[in-house]
Amino acid sequence: MASARLREPTPVRWGLRLLAIGYVFLLVLWPVSLVVKYTFADGLTALTTALGDPDVIHALELTAVVALSAVAINLVFGVWMSILLVRFDFPGKRALSALIDLPLSVSPVVVGLALVLAYNPRTGLFGQHLDAAGIEVIFSTPGMVMATAFVALPLVIREVVPVLSEIGDEQEQASRSLGANALQTFRRITLPSIKWAVVYGVVLTLARSLGEFGAVKVVSGNIVQQTQTATLVVESKYQGFDQATAYSTAFLLAAASVVCIVVVSLLRPSESRDES
Amino acid sequence: MSIEIKNVNKNFGDFVALRDVSLDIPTGQLTALLGPSGGGKSTLLRIVAGLESADSGSVHIEGKEATHLPPQKRNVGFVFQHYAAFKHMTVAKNVAYGLEIRKRPKAETQRRVEELLELVHLSQFAHRLPSQLSGGQRQRMALARALAVEPTVLLLDEPFGALDAKVRKELRDWLRRLHDEVHVTTVFVTHDQEEALEVADEIVVINDGRIEQVGPPDELYDAPANDFVMSFLGAVTRLDGRLIRPHDIDVSVGGPPSGSSVHGTISRMLRIGFEVRLTVEPARTSTAAGGEVAGPGAQDEVAVVLTRSHARALDLEVGSRVWLAPNRGATMMPVIRAV
Repeated sequence: MASARLREPTPVRWGLRLLAIGYVFLLVLWPVSLVVKYTFADGLTALTTALGDPDVIHALELTAVVALSAVAINLVFGVWMSILLVRFDFPGKRALSALIDLPLSVSPVVVGLALVLAYNPRTGLFGQHLDAAGIEVIFSTPGMVMATAFVALPLVIREVVPVLSEIGDEQEQASRSLGANALQTFRRITLPSIKWAVVYGVVLTLARSLGEFGAVKVVSGNIVQQTQTATLVVESKYQGFDQATAYSTAFLLAAASVVCIVVVSLLRPSESRDES
Repeated sequence: MSIEIKNVNKNFGDFVALRDVSLDIPTGQLTALLGPSGGGKSTLLRIVAGLESADSGSVHIEGKEATHLPPQKRNVGFVFQHYAAFKHMTVAKNVAYGLEIRKRPKAETQRRVEELLELVHLSQFAHRLPSQLSGGQRQRMALARALAVEPTVLLLDEPFGALDAKVRKELRDWLRRLHDEVHVTTVFVTHDQEEALEVADEIVVINDGRIEQVGPPDELYDAPANDFVMSFLGAVTRLDGRLIRPHDIDVSVGGPPSGSSVHGTISRMLRIGFEVRLTVEPARTSTAAGGEVAGPGAQDEVAVVLTRSHARALDLEVGSRVWLAPNRGATMMPVIRAV
């Protein structure tokens, strides 16, 4: 009786389901499917044209370089910061923890502007010295990597921190008492325990980095064949009425993200199995 | 002396965990650190292992200054209450860990692991993961893992605390036998006085960050240094203004025995297995102190324990009038603080 009363009447249930499905369909599925549809409107022609365009090829290569660099940086610093946040007590720890979430709440355009202010070669505090040393940051790959790393900073940390606090430090202490030093303990005990969280964080970071637009646009200067990433190509081709190429590049970006999502969904169950 | 602890202090913020603790632990013995939760015994053990650092004072292990050594350089085996099993490694890999870290030859490592698994009766589980073992088996694995590196001292922090009563008792016997075989200096922390009395060669009673008494189990039981030690090592009751163990009271019926005795009525009787627990309400008179004793009340109730056959022989039941007197050689102590 109680369960019968808890359930909504059938029309309401179906209505709610349709609403949810319709929402996702109208907002995500349909628009994305249109990209696919327009990409393949003339068979493979649009895709082959796009892949024959040196602008697009260069942009895809640059995107890969920037995204992979950002992932590598965030992987190392993310794991390191997570251990710092979970295993050690120091003044300003809560402030640091809050600061790490900042990239999630600040608009990427603001991030880009901030980096330009700090590192531009004329007035930037660090930029002048870096420029003197012959290192170009703004309007160049390092700046774009920095912008992307900044935007994707919390993703690894937010995955790893809860797992680290859940496993506790007894295994690490046991390892130390058995003669392992800090590095051996990290490699043999800590890393295997947080492995899946790290992989998950990396996949998320990769997806986020591939799609980054705002921050990269500000710091890169958007110079064709030099600092133009795939997302920037999509915009400029679309505005230059080369829509077939724009759709094709957008399709490639979407495909990469879908691969990331598939990888994540394949990892998720294995993670929960691991913990049971 | 295997472990020498000198003037160790440790605070956690405002909380004083250890105050000026000095202790010598002899080589080759099984020593229990016994005390109530939060008394500082685990902290002391972790300081010896190097998992916690002392605010002041020094620790020597086998004559070597170890106060500031990191845990991996102390050559101690540590067993945790919650096993701290390496979850992603098989039982054999767990046990081999310390040897692999020390880069021992593969063949030697394998032989030693087999030997140890034999010792802890886990040979057939070598290729299982810790999650496939029971609590008792996991703790035996943790012990084998700690013993693998041939530690100078073996430290166990409430090793059986997370296990159920039956397994705890089995492991207790087993630890005693293991120690008789291996002879490594062993220190274990427990809050269970029965465990300490049963297993240890020597007991260190720690309370409120201080050592209350050190001695072999019998000595602590028969000659406790103070009322805390006495009440912690077993049940106590008050008879005629003094602390006494409930089974050290002689019960007689039909008239006062010679010597001082307390007269009262049995208000409750509870039989548990072979023993009978009585609660006796003393009458308003006292032979020794001459009317000093107050009337019946919860505080004056005396707990008495006797065997079932004894109780039957005396024909005791609720409402019986009895005379209570300490038996010969009973441990007694004046009441100083509230128990």
